Amino acid sequence: MKISAFHLMPHRELPDDFDKRYESVWVTPPWWELADARRVGQYYNWTLDELLYAARAGFDGVCTNEHHQNAYGFMPSPNLMGSVLAKLTNGTNVAIVQMGATLPTSNPPIRVAEEYAMLDCISGGRLVAGLPLGSPMDVNLCYGITPMEHRERYREAFALTLRAWQAREIFPWNGRYYQLANVNLWPRPIQQPHPPVWVPGSGSVSTFDFAVENDVCYCFLSYSGARSATTMMQGYWDVVANKGRDPNPYRAGFLQLVAVAESDARAEEKYARHVEYFYHKCLHVPGVWFSPPGNQDYRSLVATSKNPVRRAENPKDLRYRDFVEKGYVIAGSPATVRDRLREEVIKGLRVGNLMLLVHIGSMPHELTLENIDLLGREVLPPLRDAWDDEGWVNHWWPERLRSPRPAMAAVAAGGA
Amino acid sequence: MNERTVAVWQGKVRMRVLSEGSGPALVFFHGPWGLTWDPFLDDLARSFTVYAPEHPGTTPDAPEDVAHLDGVWDLVLCYDELLEALGVGRAAFVGHSFGGMVACELAAAYPARAERLALIDPIGFWRDSDRIVNWMLMDPSQLRRQLFRDPDGDAARTLFGAPGDAEATVAARVRLTWAMGTTGKFIWPLPDKGLKKRIHRVKAPTLVLWGKDDRLVPPVYADEFTRRLPDTRVQMVDGAGHAPHLEQPEVVARMVRDFLGG
Repeated sequence: MKISAFHLMPHRELPDDFDKRYESVWVTPPWWELADARRVGQYYNWTLDELLYAARAGFDGVCTNEHHQNAYGFMPSPNLMGSVLAKLTNGTNVAIVQMGATLPTSNPPIRVAEEYAMLDCISGGRLVAGLPLGSPMDVNLCYGITPMEHRERYREAFALTLRAWQAREIFPWNGRYYQLANVNLWPRPIQQPHPPVWVPGSGSVSTFDFAVENDVCYCFLSYSGARSATTMMQGYWDVVANKGRDPNPYRAGFLQLVAVAESDARAEEKYARHVEYFYHKCLHVPGVWFSPPGNQDYRSLVATSKNPVRRAENPKDLRYRDFVEKGYVIAGSPATVRDRLREEVIKGLRVGNLMLLVHIGSMPHELTLENIDLLGREVLPPLRDAWDDEGWVNHWWPERLRSPRPAMAAVAAGGA
Repeated sequence: MNERTVAVWQGKVRMRVLSEGSGPALVFFHGPWGLTWDPFLDDLARSFTVYAPEHPGTTPDAPEDVAHLDGVWDLVLCYDELLEALGVGRAAFVGHSFGGMVACELAAAYPARAERLALIDPIGFWRDSDRIVNWMLMDPSQLRRQLFRDPDGDAARTLFGAPGDAEATVAARVRLTWAMGTTGKFIWPLPDKGLKKRIHRVKAPTLVLWGKDDRLVPPVYADEFTRRLPDTRVQMVDGAGHAPHLEQPEVVARMVRDFLGG
């Protein structure tokens, strides 16, 4: 079992009436009204400190991700963050999980191949290479990529990236969207033939097919918990079986929000408002922006129009107890969180590469460290052997980090 | 009405063409919401042989054909092949919104093909001071309010499906979304794809019509056409938004007919 700490790097201090006053947290939130560069500098440093703290607290990996023009999570360049993390975790067994740099917004996309190779070199071969399609808000709305070309560009860039890492000869790339006369990547990654690849998705069948055909780890980055993901992940495992792949749980990644305190009641006291902030403000985006015309192919458009996958509820109508009860957030005492993670997520969805969102919405720095600390001490250790009895190899983890982590090093006081 | 599907672009792009009427040839280029044979076209068909092709990808059973085209240049060549196949040499071009841009591009590439141009709330230019609203980012109810002067009128009902008919509403939604996606492929994220470099090649006398209450593309964009074209006349249409030929079919058909001399 591998468990990584995930961070969005959100704005932590949006005004109370944010979702009433503004159209969206993404694309159009006005910087000058809502943010201050010095304060944001503090957020970035807190974020790095929190991820480094997680690395020392017993997490197997630290995850960053790319988003643009928003207050929900603004690491426009995850590799800048990953670079700091790679350097400062040298000498540890922690993976640098880039979830990651978005291919269709990187032009030419070998920029991602180069930067990932740099990270792999800096970290001594500890990189996990997330290759996301990117959200429509980022790719279509902020970066101007035509919705109908989004997936095609991604697939071309994906093939180019994999070849650029591995080719022994200099090669020309005469693609539909990218043309390069001499692809000759400097540097190349340490990990051979290439770093493990994770492909995040949000449940679309075409991404299941793509992930299984390319033998990568499919990661469902969900904010609505395991219960609502059951059918979807079963769909993924069906595709795995139908295409003749083994049911190795490490083929699947899942993101879960977690909030731990001394007891269930204390968790509510400490985290309720941060959880509500996250679902009410950080996800405040007009629904149509998630699929501008052309972003879905025709078959998917017909299917989703006939059977809209509408959530039974609007998260804006839910409060902390609803989020916890429904599993959007797994919160409570270490025992509660551990048991729910094992039953609902790890075993329930058959997940070997688990990501935990350790910082939620407006959580302050100290509370985040507390959450990470409790997770590292009391939640992660009993989960670590979850799949050991089945004997699977995690092919989607850096090879030199695959063996179980040695006994956790004590976290220095005030460790960050 | 006649219906014919023509495969162009080495047979890879199938385009259905609806046609009716007799008289001089008139080609109608529909807008971002697909083609529906409407009273406006009926009216024109009384004086002209109207050919109304479907934009690549909007022809039923050929939704993915648009994937074979990469940009305006490919699209213009497709239309040239289509007119060739239809045996239409020189014709009047009438275009709405996105179709107005296509008509202009075709007339710029092949000046001899366009006898006269009638453009209805056309796109093709961009002004920072008068931004065109991106209809691809609206939910159906918002789009309906922005697109039509009267969001509850017959024209809106025809396009979006009558309330209460769930199946028709879903079908309309798929049709509209896909039509916006396939046309959007050629104008995302801003509908300025170089017409300003090419429009000087257009020689045909041009009528520019604009719905007075166009809430998507402000009527000031008419200036972009008049200042670049040699012989332009502008007429505003009362009681109409971005689709005046749907909200005021008789008025717009009369204006077009008067201009084309039908």
